[in-house]
Amino acid sequence: MSEQKPLLSGADIFFECLKREGVKHIFGYPGGAVLKVYEKLYDVDYLEHILVRHEQGATHAAEGYAKATGKVGVVLVTSGPGATNTVTGIADAYMDSVPIVVFTGQVPSHLIGNDAFQEADIVGITRPITKHNFLVRDINDLATTIKKAFHIASTGRPGPVLVDIPKDVFGGSAYFHYPETFDLKGYKPKVHGHYNQIKKAAQVLSRAKRPLLYVGGGVIMSGGSDELSLLAKENNLPVTMTLQGLGAFPGTDPQSLGMLGMHGTYYANQAVNNCDVLVSLGARFDDRVTGRTDTFATNAYKIHVDIDPTAIDKNVVVDLPIVGDVKHVIAGIAAEMKNQQDLTEWWDQLNGWKEECPLHFETEDGLLRPEFIIDKISKKTKGEAIIVSDVGQHQMWIAQHYKFTNPRSHLSSGGLGTMGFSVPAAIGAAFAIKDRPIVSISGDGGFQMNIQELITAVAYKLPINFIIINNGFLGMVRQWQELFHAEKYSFTDLSASNPDFCKVGEAFGIPSYCTDKQEEVDEILNKAFDRTDGPSLIEFRVVKEDMVFPMVPSGASISDMIVKRLNPKRMT
Amino acid sequence: MKHTISVLVENHFGAFDRVATMFSGKGFNIHSISIGETEFQELSRMTIVTSGEDKIIEQVVKQLHRLIDTVKVVDLTDQQRVERELALITVNYGKGQRAEIIDLCDIFRGNVVDINPKTLMIEVTGPPDKVDAAVNVLSPFGIVEMARSGRVALRRGDQPKDIKREYSSVV
Ligand SMILES: Cc1ncc(C[n+]2csc(CCOP(=O)(O)OP(=O)(O)O)c2C)c(N)n1
Repeated sequence: MSEQKPLLSGADIFFECLKREGVKHIFGYPGGAVLKVYEKLYDVDYLEHILVRHEQGATHAAEGYAKATGKVGVVLVTSGPGATNTVTGIADAYMDSVPIVVFTGQVPSHLIGNDAFQEADIVGITRPITKHNFLVRDINDLATTIKKAFHIASTGRPGPVLVDIPKDVFGGSAYFHYPETFDLKGYKPKVHGHYNQIKKAAQVLSRAKRPLLYVGGGVIMSGGSDELSLLAKENNLPVTMTLQGLGAFPGTDPQSLGMLGMHGTYYANQAVNNCDVLVSLGARFDDRVTGRTDTFATNAYKIHVDIDPTAIDKNVVVDLPIVGDVKHVIAGIAAEMKNQQDLTEWWDQLNGWKEECPLHFETEDGLLRPEFIIDKISKKTKGEAIIVSDVGQHQMWIAQHYKFTNPRSHLSSGGLGTMGFSVPAAIGAAFAIKDRPIVSISGDGGFQMNIQELITAVAYKLPINFIIINNGFLGMVRQWQELFHAEKYSFTDLSASNPDFCKVGEAFGIPSYCTDKQEEVDEILNKAFDRTDGPSLIEFRVVKEDMVFPMVPSGASISDMIVKRLNPKRMT
Repeated sequence: MKHTISVLVENHFGAFDRVATMFSGKGFNIHSISIGETEFQELSRMTIVTSGEDKIIEQVVKQLHRLIDTVKVVDLTDQQRVERELALITVNYGKGQRAEIIDLCDIFRGNVVDINPKTLMIEVTGPPDKVDAAVNVLSPFGIVEMARSGRVALRRGDQPKDIKREYSSVV
């Protein structure tokens, strides 16, 4: 052991590691088990700690940061309740493969298992919702463990990693050594797909008469949007995207069919039903996409590209699996494409479907509708904003009507469907992205689920536009009640019990606006978007009982799609 | 159909629990799990008996691979292998039955490992179906208690010694 090396405390080692990992922001909240770390944090200048108001907010903020940048989002919280408050965000990151590392304080080692004050077995609790997790029992393992955590979170199929660190480890001392390499025998993600399979995929795709690219979040995560554009544009291929895939290919491009699945476009779903070769790129055949799997793209030859072998043949059995990093595989397929078929007939058919049933919303009656607002925002920001949606009807309307032009621009909780995601995730994104507008759009229900984080946006002067689409209902649930549950609107009407959102905004010190008129939308958006030295808030009071269409009912075939309300109600 | 899957896992805190949690989280069946030391100091071998359609078993194997602590996963079901299980069985014996039980025990090459005025404890080792058969034959006497180890299994013949994953495509 070199004599010169000074002994460092666990807290010092912790920060030395973060510095070497290039961490610039940590989202956190202090408490007893991490006091040593916060003591040290006082003097750390190479990274910024962002104080949230609830640990769930910290995890979603880290997710927003990671989704917007591709970098690992970092969370620091205390033991017990601090740790358990992160659980929803961790599960969310797990479902959407978001790279975050969550550091939780733990009670001192000798008290573990004693039901000590603020003890929770967070490693046990999060085992099924993390890509991996660690309990650091020896300060000499701290640095290597942190290095492994960042590596595991950010490579392969990304995901959340939790590192639980007992108080005495932070307080102990050891010589610091940040390892260059480490041995993870059981973890060697495969990057390059199998060449012969790539070649075969290109052959099949070249010969296809009715090809379709089905694009998921994997393309964005792997940074493969350029490769995708190349493949699609050079070969004139139609592209449909999942909720997580939106932005991977420009929504404004005529070759984009928009989103597929439960609330996908009529033409995207028709394309799936009628294609002869379906190429899934970094998507996982989720049930919201496929509906009934036995009727999903039944006649198509299916190619599935994914970095995670468990995603393959899980929901739908495919003809040609390719395990590898999607970016590399797309580039490989693009390079091998030869003698593409003439697709005129297929495009005629696709364009026919587009004309037959375009995305449509009513404006004539003068009422304010979410689709109208989203369309306005899409045009105003030229599809270049970072849109952070919450969960519900507005989320689907965003997916349908906001024409994303860039990857990493649509941040949304897809897999877990976590209400309360939008406000904190937008805050996380705002720390990373400074050159594009950041718009958080929530329903009146979900907005109230992490409303406390508004003050975080104020405190850090983040120019986020918080938009509430207030339909006075837990709209998506109401929609299901109307369609499938005998119109029993059980506990979904919030209209009498919502707070005054503008007053809430003002109480937080946020310039806030409200309207229920189409004519005022432009002006209010202009005012709100002009603000650059802090957040703004807009409450749009929209029609109450609109439903999201098209819709493929849960568990039905794509061909059973409902395109519009069959029995139009008077909408007030 | 039953499958026997052999898994090498790193001897890390919680590795066993991770495997068990994965099985329960995904709704996979576990008939037995045994775990013990291997020729590598830092690795343990788990032998898992599970069942399901081929599609499920394929997922089981992939999901096992996906765990960070698993180093090697092999479905031994279609391979030349040796499988063994150990059972300790305590049976009642009535008047005049002791010799009969001991005779049966010999047929199964079992050992009597404990005896007292009312009960005998028998140890049976062998392929799982032999252990099943022994249990069947002994049950008419009244089995008082039984403990089975779950299977352990190894492939026959020359084995590659390097500890790399068979399944190179891993996350
Ligand atoms: C944390 C959480 N609880 C419950 C749900 C179930 N849920 C899904 S959508 C929805 C309604 C959302 O209502 P609102 O936020 O007003 O948005 P809208 O659908 O009206 O656009 C609910 C309750 C959920 N997704 N997440």
